[in-house]
Amino acid sequence: MLKDQDRIFQNLYNDLGSDLTSAQKRGDWVNTKEITDKGRDWIINEIKDSQLRGRGGAGFPTGLKWSFAPKEVGSRPHYLVINGDESEPGTCKDRDILRFEPHKLIEGCLIASYAIQAHVCYIYIRGEYFVDGQKLQAAIDEAYEKKLIGKNASGTGWDLDIYIHYGAGAYICGEETALLESIEGNKGQPRLKPPFPALIGLYGCPTIINNVETIAVVPTILRRGGKWFASLGREKNTGTKIFCISGNVNNPCNVEEEMNIPLKELIEVHAGGVIGGWDNLQAVIPGGSSMPLIPKEKCETLTMDFDSLVAEKSGLGTAGVVVINKDQDIIKCMARIARFYKHESCGQCTPCREGSGWMWRMLERMARGEASKDEIEMLGDVTKQIEGHTICAFGEGSSWPVQGLLRHFKDEIKKRNNFDPIVKETQNIPYLVDQHLLDKNA
Amino acid sequence: MSLKRPAKDQPDHFEFNSSSLEAANKIISKYPKGKQQSAVMALLYIAQKQNNNWIPLVAMKYIAKLLNMPYIKVYEVATFYSMFNLSPVGKYFIQVCTTTPCMIRGAGKLVEACKEKISEKESELLPDKNCSWMEVECLGACVTAPMMQINDDYFEDLDKEKTLEIIDKILNDEMPKPGSYRGRVNNEPESGRKTLMELKNA
Repeated sequence: MLKDQDRIFQNLYNDLGSDLTSAQKRGDWVNTKEITDKGRDWIINEIKDSQLRGRGGAGFPTGLKWSFAPKEVGSRPHYLVINGDESEPGTCKDRDILRFEPHKLIEGCLIASYAIQAHVCYIYIRGEYFVDGQKLQAAIDEAYEKKLIGKNASGTGWDLDIYIHYGAGAYICGEETALLESIEGNKGQPRLKPPFPALIGLYGCPTIINNVETIAVVPTILRRGGKWFASLGREKNTGTKIFCISGNVNNPCNVEEEMNIPLKELIEVHAGGVIGGWDNLQAVIPGGSSMPLIPKEKCETLTMDFDSLVAEKSGLGTAGVVVINKDQDIIKCMARIARFYKHESCGQCTPCREGSGWMWRMLERMARGEASKDEIEMLGDVTKQIEGHTICAFGEGSSWPVQGLLRHFKDEIKKRNNFDPIVKETQNIPYLVDQHLLDKNA
Repeated sequence: MSLKRPAKDQPDHFEFNSSSLEAANKIISKYPKGKQQSAVMALLYIAQKQNNNWIPLVAMKYIAKLLNMPYIKVYEVATFYSMFNLSPVGKYFIQVCTTTPCMIRGAGKLVEACKEKISEKESELLPDKNCSWMEVECLGACVTAPMMQINDDYFEDLDKEKTLEIIDKILNDEMPKPGSYRGRVNNEPESGRKTLMELKNA
């Protein structure tokens, strides 16, 4: 287990208070000027050395992302945008940072803004977190009052304004370009990339977008050194991460742990074990609802980091671990996730808008045992038709959990859905394939 | 993308009152000059607060004028985001999260409680009730599931009995205490916490 002094979020459980004085006692805002005095290149290199990867789901190296910002500020100002639109089912880590560790986030905003030369920072918070957003606003006001941000922030000679922008209940706004559209006052529909936001982002200006947790760990990394952060976890999957363990466990909780921690330790030690004992475990969704589930056999030895989960054809995502025990109907659980994606699709790309509804309806029927044998393969085909055919990663996010279900629980579906197909197949032609692409003689 | 229809009965007139207008101007000033359109979501939210928790079409027109943008763009935004109510909801607006992490911890029971006490159908405002309810997607409090939101506040760690108690209070026009109903103040494990022990005991 990670040593307590290596935990970045000392106030994760609000034992110490979230106000500025308590935050300063924990070491926030102590020598911000010394850090910025070392210069932009030093900051970015230190973050690169720490091998910090974005905590919002995709795991993109943060130092690399910052280095994409133009070196010189041209006619267009630079912006920093913080993504706090935490809506992935199974994830509730950013909320705790907003309400209990706001000063880590605000200081991180200052340092990151300095590094990418932004004078304005927008923090996008999902509308439902209104109360938690108000706590962050109170912390921002406190920081303005003490001249930690604003003109000549913390004596660094850098001007920074931080504003909160509330969302209004759209999951898709967690996608970075949809988030920018939303800040600009439009529907949250993702943009085509390239151009990437680092060059053309908010209001057409260079913009760097980071997750709340990513920015909140930055000040601690710079104080303790990139090497310290890199010494935790393993190569390319370094540092600590807040895991949210929910679902059928005895003590659902948030806990900050080292990357590469065994999943079993996370569940057994921190979350008090699976309800009904480890043998009652059915499957685990390791990283928020859009990551494919992992069946029990693999949970024994699985370690939680980006690369080891990719090796299991899943992903760390936001590290929202949802534990599902054998009392639950796994097909129903996935059907509910499919309904979530059907509800949250922004409607811009046809494969996703239509396909997410198809997947939901098919899964609902499969849960009731009303589907025919051939529909199981058809469902797999539908997921393949969505994945990779959309502007943003929502297509993947909605089809991966279904693919995970098909990969690991096909027998379960087959057992329940045993009807013969209405139309018998004479040739093995895949469904939903453009017919003119098929070999005429096949 | 959810299907939303504006209410049939629409008021003829809408205008921000002075406190709303002040809040609106403060929000517009957050954004660069000429980019006042960015404030549209916040202004819709203010309008919703002022108008008993729902947004009439005249309010959208008013906001469009205020921000100097086409009415259809305001309409687009208001219909896209799920937190904007386009038809009347109760004074106490209950949103029950039923996405998988809540579902497997018994969110269905919360829905049952709402059906028993408030109305059989969701998003239905009965004339003799001061509250309405609806099922929503993940509200981001999965560790304290099952949970629901009433107006701005989260009610966490619920079960059917506690939900019934909460709804009873609301029906008596009393705002129940938000937060966890198993006494948690944060997302720590309820028993057997293993981390940051020195701070806990300090």
